[in-house]
Amino acid sequence: MNSIQDRRQEYRSLFKQNVAKRLLVDKVVKIIVFSCVIIAIIPLGSILVEVFKNGLTAISIEFLTETPGSAGSGEGGIGPAIQGTLIIIGLSSIIGVPIGVMSGIFLSEYGDNALARFVRFFNDVFMEFPSIILGIFAFLIIVLVLGHFSVWAGAFALSLIMFPIVARTTEESLKMVPMTYREAGTALGLKKWIITFRIVISAAKSGMITGILLSVSRIGGETAPLIMTILGSSQFFSSMDTPMDALPLRIWRLSLLPYDSAQLQGWGAALVLIMIILGINLGIRYYFMNKKNGFIGQLIKQRRNATK
Amino acid sequence: MDKTNLNLKKRIISDKVFKIGATVAGTYVLVIVVLIAFQLLSESYPIWEEEGLSFITKTDWNAVEDRESFGALPYILGTLTTSAIAMMIGVPLSIGIAMFISDAPPKIGAPLGFMVELLAAVPSVIYGLWGLFVFRIYFRDWFETPLHNAFGDNIWLFSGNPYGLDILTASVILAIMIIPTVSAVSREIMKAVPQQQKEAAYMLGATKWEMFKLAIFPYSKTGLIGASILGLGRAVGETMAVTMLIGNATGIGAIPSSLFGPSQTMSSIIANEFVEASPASIHMPALIGVGLILLLIAIVINVIAHLLVTRMLKIKEGAINN
Repeated sequence: MNSIQDRRQEYRSLFKQNVAKRLLVDKVVKIIVFSCVIIAIIPLGSILVEVFKNGLTAISIEFLTETPGSAGSGEGGIGPAIQGTLIIIGLSSIIGVPIGVMSGIFLSEYGDNALARFVRFFNDVFMEFPSIILGIFAFLIIVLVLGHFSVWAGAFALSLIMFPIVARTTEESLKMVPMTYREAGTALGLKKWIITFRIVISAAKSGMITGILLSVSRIGGETAPLIMTILGSSQFFSSMDTPMDALPLRIWRLSLLPYDSAQLQGWGAALVLIMIILGINLGIRYYFMNKKNGFIGQLIKQRRNATK
Repeated sequence: MDKTNLNLKKRIISDKVFKIGATVAGTYVLVIVVLIAFQLLSESYPIWEEEGLSFITKTDWNAVEDRESFGALPYILGTLTTSAIAMMIGVPLSIGIAMFISDAPPKIGAPLGFMVELLAAVPSVIYGLWGLFVFRIYFRDWFETPLHNAFGDNIWLFSGNPYGLDILTASVILAIMIIPTVSAVSREIMKAVPQQQKEAAYMLGATKWEMFKLAIFPYSKTGLIGASILGLGRAVGETMAVTMLIGNATGIGAIPSSLFGPSQTMSSIIANEFVEASPASIHMPALIGVGLILLLIAIVINVIAHLLVTRMLKIKEGAINN
């Protein structure tokens, strides 16, 4: 009798110990896991703070519009770099977006066979290719053949980074369009390509635009392939066949100089670049998070109400 | 009657053209992959002819005319070392982040997850700039120098005077750069674990951590390994930040000897020397040869990673709801 009571007591205390221990372990893991997130966010915060703090002191109207002065003088600006980045983004989009969109259409609309599975797989693998390899490739087939550095080579190299991203996001967003939309088009006797362009794509537009903007923000910061294709220059764009500057290249070159003024200019250029790229990223995010009730959604609602 | 026939024919033709156009655009990626491999192979041919397979095992790097001698071993080792250290730091952090975000209430998890993803949006050259002018200084003064002072004489890992431009700094920056990729993919994979599995674990009285141990980790092991390998692929190909931080040694000096010594990776030597190399000498073929090795390593890593990840996500589609 007594021994049963004792044993019960013993088990109960063992059980309590066990639970306490397990809950403690659980709590410790929770803290570790949370600190992982904090550790990852600290660098982001530090980067943003440093870029804004140092960049803002460098930025002025002259800095944004003028050509770079002589090394270490601290004069001049990054006008050609900003212009070059915009040009190279535009040109690579002209090459990369149509290919990416068509490739995405292929994967989504004709994607039910072995070839498409193969393409999809290599698309994913190609997306992760080291970008410097793409730079070498563009150098070999364009710069080496032409005999001089060329803006087209840079645009081609960046388009290679761009099109798999566009293809993948296009495919994903086209697949979201219900099959019945396509069937409705077929029932109207429309051709497949008209159905695709007029019905499916217009329904999937926002997803595709997101993908394109994401790929733009990705190539905007790309440096490695530009080193061997557009080289960098301190003059404004003059022709497609001469070296051109771009923001990431300018940041790299400035960071190699041993002068404090160059370092400061590097921070200024970094601020401009990060504003462009984070602007695109945050803009997309904000737009999608607040499509109905957010800032843009409110504007649309207001306009609708006003027209009523 | 004739008119409808003509119409039909036209329709068939325009649709065929559309289909062919889409297929061509789809196969563009395959053509490019083959072309890249072919171009790198043919343009680096002189170096393979000159050095043979010893190009992979030699350590000299001399571009002086008439004394040219090239070996890629130090850079292969540099890439492998930095990526391995980056994985050791980055993967546990990323899996922790994925655990936290997949488990936290959306109101906390979503913004934190978004911030971690923003790390992927920061351009590599800005990581380099930050690493060079901010991170390096603190890291050298607060972490490397104390370690060196304490263990430098006894443990070879910590020998070498820390200057900040070294293997460890580059690896830590690489670790930060792979976190968004690895944590995002791991999160997707943890989400793919069927709800029933988690509920079963909870029903046995498991705490949250025990639920992860019992239900999620065994189920998503393959996928998590795939996610880490995906991060490895990122780390191997990363160029600019590493170029700015690794100290850019060449030749035998670039063989990683201590955590605080300078080195060089495959991508950084290409970024540093490609423009100066003359296409006429074998300096450029040597760099392209390094590029070819890098490409092969990257392809192998990424193919394995994608096979593992897609297999995991496919199991999800098949296994739930049965």
